[in-house]
Amino acid sequence: MAAKTKKIFTLGVWKDNPVYRQILGICSALAVTNLMLNSLVMGVGLIFVTSLSSFTVSLLRNHTPKHIRMMVQTLIISGYVIIVDIFLKAYLPSMSEALGPYVGLIITNCIIMGRAEAFAQFNTPIPSFFDGMANGIGYALVLLFIAFFRELLGFGSLFGFNILGPNWVSWTLMIMPPGAFFMLAIVIWITKRYLPGDEEKKGGATA
Amino acid sequence: MIDIHPMVIFFAAIFTNNMILSNFLGMCSFIAVSNEIKTSLSLGQAVTFVLTFTTLLNYVVYHYIMVPLGLEYLRYIVFIIVIAAFVQLVEMIIDRYFQTLYYALGIFLPLITVNCAILGVSLFMVIRDYSLMQSLAFGVGSGLGWTLAIVMLAGIRQRIKKNPLPRGLEGPGITLIITGLMALAFVGFSGMVTIQ
Repeated sequence: MAAKTKKIFTLGVWKDNPVYRQILGICSALAVTNLMLNSLVMGVGLIFVTSLSSFTVSLLRNHTPKHIRMMVQTLIISGYVIIVDIFLKAYLPSMSEALGPYVGLIITNCIIMGRAEAFAQFNTPIPSFFDGMANGIGYALVLLFIAFFRELLGFGSLFGFNILGPNWVSWTLMIMPPGAFFMLAIVIWITKRYLPGDEEKKGGATA
Repeated sequence: MIDIHPMVIFFAAIFTNNMILSNFLGMCSFIAVSNEIKTSLSLGQAVTFVLTFTTLLNYVVYHYIMVPLGLEYLRYIVFIIVIAAFVQLVEMIIDRYFQTLYYALGIFLPLITVNCAILGVSLFMVIRDYSLMQSLAFGVGSGLGWTLAIVMLAGIRQRIKKNPLPRGLEGPGITLIITGLMALAFVGFSGMVTIQ
């Protein structure tokens, strides 16, 4: 059991990371990474939603008719996203404002649906929970990595604290959309070059 | 309600607030289905069509059903159901009556349900408090902007298909760099029209 859990975690967080390996869920990976704090909140939200929705999908897997399973999964995911949204509105209103529609867009984040389809359908609830959590953590780590460079170079700060001093000339490009695309491209490039996978390349997402 | 002419929103949605290049919505299919101009054009048309109608439907459902009942917090579930149901319905109708169109768009329709751009436009519409005409303009404009971006990307990718690339940069890597350069070019439009 422990060995299996460990394997799930290495796969989800590192070897089969959803963002740079499977190219899933990059809409929000690009949109919220201009600040470390936004990325952290988004990452935690996603970990919550993926782990619990994988758990629920797995719990209901023997009672869900095959042809409506996508609909059921979407509804389960939406339910958890609404919880996250209400929680943010109540306790972190400024964060809810900053993330705007991207909280709601967790529903269409391909990672969650992907894990539900690829793992939770065929496995028991507890491993599914860990699998969802591992993928969520993998996603959050990549987000934080990208946000680290974007915020540091774009604002000269981290989590809002000034790091590089008053004389730092901000790279405005990094906080604009092009900076996000370039940073993600660089992350994918490095990981593909130095962490060669044994499986053949997956040509991108279908959902 | 904000007072911006729908035409302004229409052009802003295409150029300055492009769904992909400045809001990063609909990236998954954007990267996966941009190998050929022809297929990306078909996908773009399907997205524009679905976006226009789901935005309108969601506007009506939100303002005439959910707001009076005080159910705004359920909007994520309701929007996604409206989108999924609409896509399913369109698929059945064009399969029955427009066979040629079905072969052109058919395979893309199920993909569209999970396209973030569709849900994103509906959510932006609620957050920015658009009126009916503004929502219509925003929906059509976003769809056209999305099509423009994916067709441009497919064109560039077709041109560089045979060029040698550094190892590890093939596929998604170079696609993102091209998209970054396109986004950089589109930054040039900023200030032309402003919404928000």
